Amino acid sequence: MAKIDVSIETDDKPAPPPKHPNTCPSCHSHYRDDELERALWVCAQCGHHFPMRARARIASLVDKGSFVEEAADLHSEDPLGFFDLRPYTERLAEAEMSTGLADAMVIGQGAIEGTGCELAVMDFSFMGGSMGSVVGEKFSRACDSSIERSVPLVTITSSGGARMQEGILALMQLPKTIAAIEDLRDARQAMIVVMAHPTTGGVLASFATLGDVLLAEPGALMSFAGPRVVQELTREKLSEDFGRAEQNLRFGQIDAIVERRRLRTTLGRLLRLFA
Amino acid sequence: MAPSEQELRLRERLGRLRNLPLLGGARISGELERLQRQLDRIGQEPTDDEIWRSVELARHPDRPYTLDYVERLLDDWFELHGDRSRADDAAMIAGLGRFEGRTVALVGQQKGRDIHQRTERRFGMANPEGYAKAMRVMELADRHGFPVISLVDTPGAYPGVAAEQHGQGSAIAASQAVMARLTVPTIACVIGEGGSGGAIAIALADRVLMQEHAIYSVISPEGCAMILWRDAGEAKKAAAAFKPDAAHCLELGVIDGIVPEPRGGAHVDYREASRLLGDSIREALDDLDGIPGDELRRRRRAKFRSLGVFA
Repeated sequence: MAKIDVSIETDDKPAPPPKHPNTCPSCHSHYRDDELERALWVCAQCGHHFPMRARARIASLVDKGSFVEEAADLHSEDPLGFFDLRPYTERLAEAEMSTGLADAMVIGQGAIEGTGCELAVMDFSFMGGSMGSVVGEKFSRACDSSIERSVPLVTITSSGGARMQEGILALMQLPKTIAAIEDLRDARQAMIVVMAHPTTGGVLASFATLGDVLLAEPGALMSFAGPRVVQELTREKLSEDFGRAEQNLRFGQIDAIVERRRLRTTLGRLLRLFA
Repeated sequence: MAPSEQELRLRERLGRLRNLPLLGGARISGELERLQRQLDRIGQEPTDDEIWRSVELARHPDRPYTLDYVERLLDDWFELHGDRSRADDAAMIAGLGRFEGRTVALVGQQKGRDIHQRTERRFGMANPEGYAKAMRVMELADRHGFPVISLVDTPGAYPGVAAEQHGQGSAIAASQAVMARLTVPTIACVIGEGGSGGAIAIALADRVLMQEHAIYSVISPEGCAMILWRDAGEAKKAAAAFKPDAAHCLELGVIDGIVPEPRGGAHVDYREASRLLGDSIREALDDLDGIPGDELRRRRRAKFRSLGVFA
């Protein structure tokens, strides 16, 4: 039987083959785990910043032995009995197993280049760094801890936005974290924010953009709506760097872009200026 | 008849409120009475179909919009335009007027009735310039001691290229931060769609109300269905899962009260809907009157900081 070609040209490109997490999505260089770890998960060839886990991030920034974690045992509950294709409780358990974290943020006290500070660091591996009740509560407690100990707060964000599975309570974490920041501001404590890829949706629209100093990592996506949503609604052709840190810097939305290997010394300098 | 689970949970919340030190003093009886009345009003937990009906009513094309209520509730309305920097966003309105004899500031998203208006007002989806206008007017109100009334009706903040370039995320954050600092009484009411960040930007208030058939959610049912079911057609299922209806929002402590609507929905009788909304606003203002500004602000922050469920 003759083969009839029924292929239709579409704009949809076939999905790219799954990439190894250690392969640079930008220049395709491949690295061993230990190579990446030594390079702080930055591509030696092209400078692409790979995602960085919260604990590794903290270890790369704080003075050895100075970090004391707080509220590590806070766990999400399932207020809505949420069930999409799988129950929320199952997704939580799975995320906990695969990340070794109780939720998408680690907070605690530490020191960077000798200056004491409070840290609140997000982890994108835990359900896309989504903000539910636990992230909101931990961030708020980090603000309180800053106030109590009279030290600045260093916040590192990486999040797809609010956690849908917690419904309206996830949205309420926006005003919750902002109320905590207002207490921090009343106490005249500084907050320095570092936005890592990606910082979008509800986290961008709450504590991520309310720092006294806003930093971002190179190439980090920082948009309220995702590029796909914007493209679909407006039918506008988006620029290559749409919503990226570089564009945000150009439009006056952030103070500086800081490469990861300079982050520790940059934070050290800023903390001394606020001390 | 045995009380519904929802009723039991509301009772539990009532019990917890009684023990909260932040509600101590003379105002506590007002708080409790208000909750008690809400409890009395609640029947059974809404079914999935009832939730979806609220989604449909909240988006009904004839539903009264912000300016329809302004017209019926405020005297001497004077609309204020522009963010004093770049633009005047027609998706967000702001102005001054008299509510029962006293000057108030009102902000709110505004949808359009015909195609021309809908385009101009972008279906009530504000740009950063719209939030900047709201912030400017809320700060004005704070300086002059005017209570702030905020009417929320938006599918969400506008997801446009320029909106992102001009800092949509930081505008939403900043607007909430302004509200967390105000020292005047603030009342927000969701009168249609309370869509995500675009809604909460003007809803960090002392009293948050919802009309009976309004919805308040972290994402649109279609958006949620798209992400979690990979099919926007599963919107009804998504809405049943994340429960954006007023009864559930009250149960979760996210809102302080439900504003009844005329039978069949607010669009059936604008006058009656306005009267009912006016009653709730008056009641909330009466509750808040006489509380010193810094105490209002402290309680407002404490209320939002208490939201969330964790162990």
